Amino acid sequence: MRSADQGQLVTERSFWTDTGRRGIGAWIFSTDHKRIGLLYFYSVLTFFLVGVILGLLIRIELVAPGRTIMDAQTYNAVFTVHGVVMIFLFIIPGIPGSFGNMVMPIQIGAPDVSFPRLNLFSWWLYAIGTVLVLTSLFTGGGAPDTGWTFYVPFSARTTTNVSLALFGVFILGFSSILTGLNFVTTIHRMRAVGMTWSRIPLFTWSLYATAWVQILATPILGITLVLVIAERMLGTGLFDAARGGDPIMFQHLFWIYSHPAVYIMILPAMGIISDIIPVFSRKPIFGYKMIAFSSLAIAAAGSLVWGHHMFTSGMSDTAVLVFSFLTFIVAIPSAIKVFNWVSTLYRGSITLDPPMLFALSFILLFSIGGLTGLILGAAATDVHVHDTHFVVGHFHYVMFGGTGFAFFAAMHYWLPKFYGRMYRKRPAVIAWALMFVGFNVLYFSMKVLGMRGMPRRYYDYLPEFARLNLVATVGSWILAVGLVIMLVNLFRGLFWGEPFDGNPWGGATLEWSTSTPPPTLNFTTAPVVTHGPYDFTTVAYDSHNGNANERPQP
Amino acid sequence: MTHAPHKDYAGAKLGMWLFLFTEILLFGGLFVLYAVYLARYPHEFSTGGHQLNVVLGGTNTFLLVTSSLFAAMSLTAIQQNKRQLTLRLIGGTILCAAGFMVIKYIEWTAKFHHGIFPGSEHILTGPPGESVFFSLYFLSTGIHGLHVLIGATLLGVVARRVCIGTITATDFVMLENSVLYWHLVDLVWIFIFPLYYLML
Repeated sequence: MRSADQGQLVTERSFWTDTGRRGIGAWIFSTDHKRIGLLYFYSVLTFFLVGVILGLLIRIELVAPGRTIMDAQTYNAVFTVHGVVMIFLFIIPGIPGSFGNMVMPIQIGAPDVSFPRLNLFSWWLYAIGTVLVLTSLFTGGGAPDTGWTFYVPFSARTTTNVSLALFGVFILGFSSILTGLNFVTTIHRMRAVGMTWSRIPLFTWSLYATAWVQILATPILGITLVLVIAERMLGTGLFDAARGGDPIMFQHLFWIYSHPAVYIMILPAMGIISDIIPVFSRKPIFGYKMIAFSSLAIAAAGSLVWGHHMFTSGMSDTAVLVFSFLTFIVAIPSAIKVFNWVSTLYRGSITLDPPMLFALSFILLFSIGGLTGLILGAAATDVHVHDTHFVVGHFHYVMFGGTGFAFFAAMHYWLPKFYGRMYRKRPAVIAWALMFVGFNVLYFSMKVLGMRGMPRRYYDYLPEFARLNLVATVGSWILAVGLVIMLVNLFRGLFWGEPFDGNPWGGATLEWSTSTPPPTLNFTTAPVVTHGPYDFTTVAYDSHNGNANERPQP
Repeated sequence: MTHAPHKDYAGAKLGMWLFLFTEILLFGGLFVLYAVYLARYPHEFSTGGHQLNVVLGGTNTFLLVTSSLFAAMSLTAIQQNKRQLTLRLIGGTILCAAGFMVIKYIEWTAKFHHGIFPGSEHILTGPPGESVFFSLYFLSTGIHGLHVLIGATLLGVVARRVCIGTITATDFVMLENSVLYWHLVDLVWIFIFPLYYLML
């Protein structure tokens, strides 16, 4: 956070200075959406790094067959905590909580979200849930060892501290619901004059679709977690086959939330990409309405495909067929987005600045992840690769190569706006290249390993898998080095970099029209929107000095 | 806050309705389990259902529907600027809620005396379908009871705000939202009552 001596650039009206409270209280009790967004940003970034360290530990353990640095029980705890931290503490709250909060109200020309205090409350719930999850690691019977999916019967029987972790996740779900509720209301009620539904930037559109999934899917996770806690504490036996219950019902209820949850993770990322690609192609987005519509289509269709996680669970063949078919349906709106991004690039005037590089690599990595997802969505091939490293490779391609890289793209695209200082581009490009190479070395090896039959979550493996595991671990180190360079360069830039004013990328959405950093209420005069979000004819942009100004209207 | 609170009644109500959707889906999970297990154990569910006390359940239904009426009337009362009447009606709602919880307590205690609770010897030795039925019964009515307590507490807060004058004839959206919540609590019971007490 910015200290006073760096504040000479900050204008009187900037949200960094304009506050009633002092010290930390000005942040943790602030109802300003930009401050809450930054709180979320630093929280989720911290847990991302925790998750990265745990992931690196897993890779070191798997670098060679047999024991390397930890025993089997510790390994179980490490991959469980890696999953729980990455899913529930980083990637689900990640983009909506941080960039959604920071950017969305400005993009629609609003002074804040509809319920600012509820917004703060949802960050507090996030903080409380986080504390509970972290407490569960160090108290009771030890860190949970069930995997992030908490499958019964094991999660109902293990003596590790599962109940507290479940309760923590329940609270985190509450936080997610309140963010979604706030965003839907804000987008309906707070748009500026002239901000019609077909002028809403696509990032905001994606948050709108995401918010509906958060509202409608998360309660099912809530009740499921409560049922597992009841199973452990009261012995209700609802998921216990010996007492008439059915463990498959747990899987259904769990995935009714947790599959739509992957769209909570990926949809805002797609929104970021839809906002970045046209700006660095100097061209209006191709197929605006179809991209907006496909977000809603993914949210709707994605809610009906949870059964594809359960092809080997013993549910009926009819169910397998239906869920497999529906899974293929989801590929259509996803492909619409990819084709529209590529069509936007076609004959564009492309600038390869760091946000654009991350966005372009998103398209490639997400496509690889998405297409391998179809291998898992087809019942026949899924039986072969189910519960192998192929699955791990697949979801890291979509979640890390997709959402993770989009998160980095957003960091390079929007954070300078909120700090008023620019990072150096060359180290950012080097970091991006290292991460891109390391990423593919790491996760492509996993896919090949899975195809050859290496199961996921196993502590030890056969000697024939040794070489590719070594390659994957080396890839994880390259990725980590790139990540460190990226963060060091970015934050050096944000805190001590070259100051700038205005619109470094030449964006046409509303957040680039207000002062830098934005004032507390986002705009000094309420904006009136007269053109679409990707109409670059209104923005004069000189790519040499990187400064764009509002072009005088003829 | 550095700026005046933003007043948007339609927005506040939209937010509340979205929240009510989440509550419906929360109970939806329990109703899904009910449907699946009813299909699997129709006979045991019927035996279990006949052990529930329809008179007590019916009384509770009557209490909750009455409380919903009071809650709706309190909203009309505040709109007509009748503060005393509003307070009395909210009081009536809370009293009905208290009556509901007392009867619930009597019902549950009676079940416990008969050795019917999750994990009890009677349940463990009985047919598996009955164990599932009573686990679902206790979870559904228990979580619903928790919502009655939350709703009543909320109405208590609202009553205080009416007293000190922060909820008035022109600024009553918090009362309206609390009443919406109370109707949802009522509505969930309207489904629980026939499913567990009547139709088996």
